[in-house]
Amino acid sequence: MVTIENQPILAEAPRVHAHSFDFYRRMYTIRRVEETLLLELFPKGLLYGTVHTCIGQEGGVVGVISALDRAQDVIWSNHRGHGHFLAYCDDVEGLIAEIMGKSTGVCGGIGGTQHIFKDNFYTNGILGGTVPCAVGTAFAEKLKGNQAVAVVFFGDGALGEGVIYESMNIASLWQVPILFVLEHNRYAQSTPYQLEHAGKLEARADAFDIPVQVMDGQHVAEVYTTASAMIDEIRTQQRPQYLVLRTNRFSPHSKGDDNRPPAELAAMRTNADPVAHLRAPLAQVDEARVEAIEAEVESRIQRAVEAAIAAPFLTSDAFIEGVKSW
Amino acid sequence: MVTYLESLQAGLRAAMQGDNRIYFLGEDVLDPYGGAFKVSQGLSTAFPGRVMTTPISEAGIVGVGVGMALRGLKPVVEIMFGDFTTLTADQIINYGSKLQPMYNGQVEVPLVVRTPMGGRRGYGPTHSQSIEKLYMGVPHLDIVAPSIFHQPGDLIQTTLTESTHVTLFIEHKQLYNTRLFEAAAHPGIHVSSVQHGSYPTAVVKNYSSGAPDVALVAYGGSSLLVLEVMKRLLQEEIRVVAAVPASVQPVPADDLVEAIGAAKQVIVVEEGTYAFGWGAEIASTLHTRLWGKLQKPVRRIAAMDTIIPAAKPLEELVLPSVADIENAIYEVMT
Repeated sequence: MVTIENQPILAEAPRVHAHSFDFYRRMYTIRRVEETLLLELFPKGLLYGTVHTCIGQEGGVVGVISALDRAQDVIWSNHRGHGHFLAYCDDVEGLIAEIMGKSTGVCGGIGGTQHIFKDNFYTNGILGGTVPCAVGTAFAEKLKGNQAVAVVFFGDGALGEGVIYESMNIASLWQVPILFVLEHNRYAQSTPYQLEHAGKLEARADAFDIPVQVMDGQHVAEVYTTASAMIDEIRTQQRPQYLVLRTNRFSPHSKGDDNRPPAELAAMRTNADPVAHLRAPLAQVDEARVEAIEAEVESRIQRAVEAAIAAPFLTSDAFIEGVKSW
Repeated sequence: MVTYLESLQAGLRAAMQGDNRIYFLGEDVLDPYGGAFKVSQGLSTAFPGRVMTTPISEAGIVGVGVGMALRGLKPVVEIMFGDFTTLTADQIINYGSKLQPMYNGQVEVPLVVRTPMGGRRGYGPTHSQSIEKLYMGVPHLDIVAPSIFHQPGDLIQTTLTESTHVTLFIEHKQLYNTRLFEAAAHPGIHVSSVQHGSYPTAVVKNYSSGAPDVALVAYGGSSLLVLEVMKRLLQEEIRVVAAVPASVQPVPADDLVEAIGAAKQVIVVEEGTYAFGWGAEIASTLHTRLWGKLQKPVRRIAAMDTIIPAAKPLEELVLPSVADIENAIYEVMT
């Protein structure tokens, strides 16, 4: 049986199929946006505040979100949400501007890195509380007679928050069409999950009669296949499910706060880098196409950064006008 | 004669009849029980599928309400006792009231969280408090509290019709079975209304002409004390005007100034504890607006800064009384 005790390891090369190049473009975009924030914009003093990056987790992020119907399904992310956002809507320009606090950001620079909204995508920076809200959005779509499904992402650290269990109970009781996704990266900020949780994280939903699947989150196509099947079932059966993705966060919790053993970090990158893992077989099929994707993404990010640098902040008048109307 | 409870029941029923986006969630709210204080009685029968009895999960159900409101519904979440709203604080402060401003106004969260506050029923330290002040000062959150001088059912319909953000709707459990003010039952007491914002402020007078000797400012359950004091002082020919806003937050400053009129003494009454209370905000507002017109600083009456004891004489000691207000009026007039 697969349990969460195992570290994810990507041993076999993935098979290339119709979605592979699109997956790669999305994952590469996420990886490079996150690296640009962490390694380029912060050191240059161009970011104010903090960021929580998802470098290393891109496989699960893209796999799950690609399985959704982006036109109607609802996504709830969290403090580590840039990847989810890009996988959902690919708005590199709106994201980078938002993180830089500029008026051209998706929330006018008011929300910033942890508080992003666009269309059917929501985040908040406090752990756990997103989960009942996500259940409420899925329940509302069901009450309105729509076929939408909601997905909510949380990490192993968030499982310490009691409201998640209230939410699972309500979702199962009221047959709410929602996919709970645990991105189990084994660390809550600096603390290994073994110091925070008793019992089995994969069993948390089982007590509420919510079906559970546990898998490696690094293999985008496998996640996509599993998530697609789960989401189809959620949509037709109108009841929740729980997906546990074993993953690794290569990057620090936020900016530079990483005390994990360097050997452990190196092993993660060697054994379970979802982007490199997918690149190798794609390059064998069509290296020029891979390089073209990468070049286009690089150039797009650089243009987005330049545009965000040049963009103004929201004016005081515009902000105050908003405050009065909210 | 209509009670506070009957008005609320009728208002909710009319609102749900008129708008099928309204859903009602809460603990023990289904018929025949109809909620701990019977506010939802009849609703689950009249609107099957739109009234959800919930687990005892206050944070969870307010969060679910936030999510429903984000997607175009109008949930009304009942928290059985106001004391239990502490469990919902993250959802009210960091989710419901914050999403609209932090997403730059791109979403609306028309959620109503209804709850009874207040003591005088012997329920002791954790079922008698008036802790709405914990939410006062939370930006972009409305706090509405009907009194016996309002039509509670009309107020909740206003909230459900007009509000695009979270409203904390504070009922007072002592008022549920109290009859709303009717002039015929209280000769010599005159009630009118002023309104510059979304909700009215009742203006209550125990005189029909001339200037008031003193003004009272109070909301919600304290309206009962105010009425009793004004009836007593009617016989003493002491002219009292009371401003009783339905809107606790935002403070309806223009309403208050207009209602107080020419009074040179102001006393603020609230049932919550004294320290950092609503009355301090009202005093600050009135000192700023009426500086030079008031003869004395605004006087405050509130609960003792302690818990609410279960024993009746001790509860009466802790909470503001008619005598406390009457004595304060005599003191400020000397």
